[in-house]
Amino acid sequence: MNIAAQINSILAALVLLTAFGLLVQRRIYGLLHLFAWQGLFLSISTGVVGYVARQHHLYISSILTLALKVIVLPYILHTLIVRLKIHKEVETVVNIPTTMLMGIALVIFSYHLTAPIRELSTLVTRSTIAVALATVMLGLLMMITRRHAVTQIIGFLAMENGLFFAATSATYGMPLVVELGVGLDILIAAFIFGIFFFHIRETFDSLDVEQMARLKEEE
Amino acid sequence: MNVFSPLFVMCLQFIAVLFAAPAFAGWVRMVKCWFQGRKSAGLFQPYRDIFKLLHKDVVLAENASWIFRFTPFLVFGTTVLAGVIIPILSIDLPLSATADAIALVALFTIARFFTALAGLDIGTAFGGMGSSREKTVASMSEPAMLMAIFTVSLVSQSTSISHMVNVIAHGEFVLRPSLAFALLAFILIALAETGRIPVDNPATHLELTMIHEAMILEYSGRHLALIEWAGMMKLFLFTTLGIALFFPWGIAAAGDITFLPVAILLLLIKLFFAGIGLVLIETGLAKMRLFRIQEFLGSAFLFATLGLLSYFMLE
Repeated sequence: MNIAAQINSILAALVLLTAFGLLVQRRIYGLLHLFAWQGLFLSISTGVVGYVARQHHLYISSILTLALKVIVLPYILHTLIVRLKIHKEVETVVNIPTTMLMGIALVIFSYHLTAPIRELSTLVTRSTIAVALATVMLGLLMMITRRHAVTQIIGFLAMENGLFFAATSATYGMPLVVELGVGLDILIAAFIFGIFFFHIRETFDSLDVEQMARLKEEE
Repeated sequence: MNVFSPLFVMCLQFIAVLFAAPAFAGWVRMVKCWFQGRKSAGLFQPYRDIFKLLHKDVVLAENASWIFRFTPFLVFGTTVLAGVIIPILSIDLPLSATADAIALVALFTIARFFTALAGLDIGTAFGGMGSSREKTVASMSEPAMLMAIFTVSLVSQSTSISHMVNVIAHGEFVLRPSLAFALLAFILIALAETGRIPVDNPATHLELTMIHEAMILEYSGRHLALIEWAGMMKLFLFTTLGIALFFPWGIAAAGDITFLPVAILLLLIKLFFAGIGLVLIETGLAKMRLFRIQEFLGSAFLFATLGLLSYFMLE
């Protein structure tokens, strides 16, 4: 293992750690910070991979990640949280140890799932594919276990982080056009989510998505 | 000379564990006092405490059985024994072949089990409550501790602590995410096992919040001295075990007696910083509610398991 691969695996471990942190964090501001950290680790990792593999377009995606996921998206979410006046809210997360155990099971599952790819691949980053898939799964688990709309969006964005990481580690990143498109999509999604949050709150007076169960017709 | 060097190292470590542990506990208390803006009682206050307690009479409850009288000696004995298994100054320990990491955890567990029994033995309400809490903490911290140590043994392909330390100290330096996770887990577990602040407060006088202190409320005189001394040694041992497993650079190699003074000096420097780190954690955090401890130790278990997994996934 050369030094760049070591640094990359440390960064992958940090991405995984922040994914678990997102899963169990109760405070909304804490979630936002963790999400920004995850973006930062992702951005550094992309830069390192770009340097090792001499894929210069990865530098651009690294800078794009830094701008979008460390600065712009957390800023938009921060503004939303302040405007919605939920910055002091503490979410009730049910049974954190069980969620953690489920997370561990997902990590093992994704390790097994990616084992054939790891055998085939010759890239420096092949060992981090499992972590990338695990990050996607953990984001999904977060969206399932949380009930707060903002938390679910952060889970969704964490999933996207995982997909981006998977692309970098499996094939040295997607073509630049695709990445630019995805980045733009996410930005627009964040705006639409913002509008949705206000609508959800106006209708239900809360951001708890369980309330949406009330939307069905009377029998 | 080479034949006797392991024995010499063992005797040296025996003395170090016995007599440096109160000084380290004193150092932690001193730094804590400074951080909280109080005047400290000095580095040697723990020695004075132990000395005072050793000269006091023992007051035994009428219904105390042999378990109550036997426990202080057993706790003290197993802790000292653990002190000659952990490579503190040198890797060259004669007992390292007979007792590995699992035996070490078992030694701590025996001490803990008998302390809990002694807490129940007297039949006071606080003793039983403390024992029950201690076992709750133990049931969650011990698996996590074993997992954390197993991560290190995966890296070194052995459960012998001396061998693990040797591989990490003298092998090729590799940045390992698994060891970083294991270190995180180990810190959380060490806080729980030695009864430090987010889990238990060693300086508490409020019986309702006690864990470790509640079990030993009924002890007095030389029994209390031995238990307190063993507690200080346990703190010292956990710190040195952490240093040995994760920052072993500067430990003396096998048969290298001339390096021992340097090893002692480096150990003192590491302990100096470990004490400050411990105090930073303790002053930065508040004591947790008892029912939050399962989350705390659950995350320790999570870190340890992630360490194990990332050894397979990333290395």
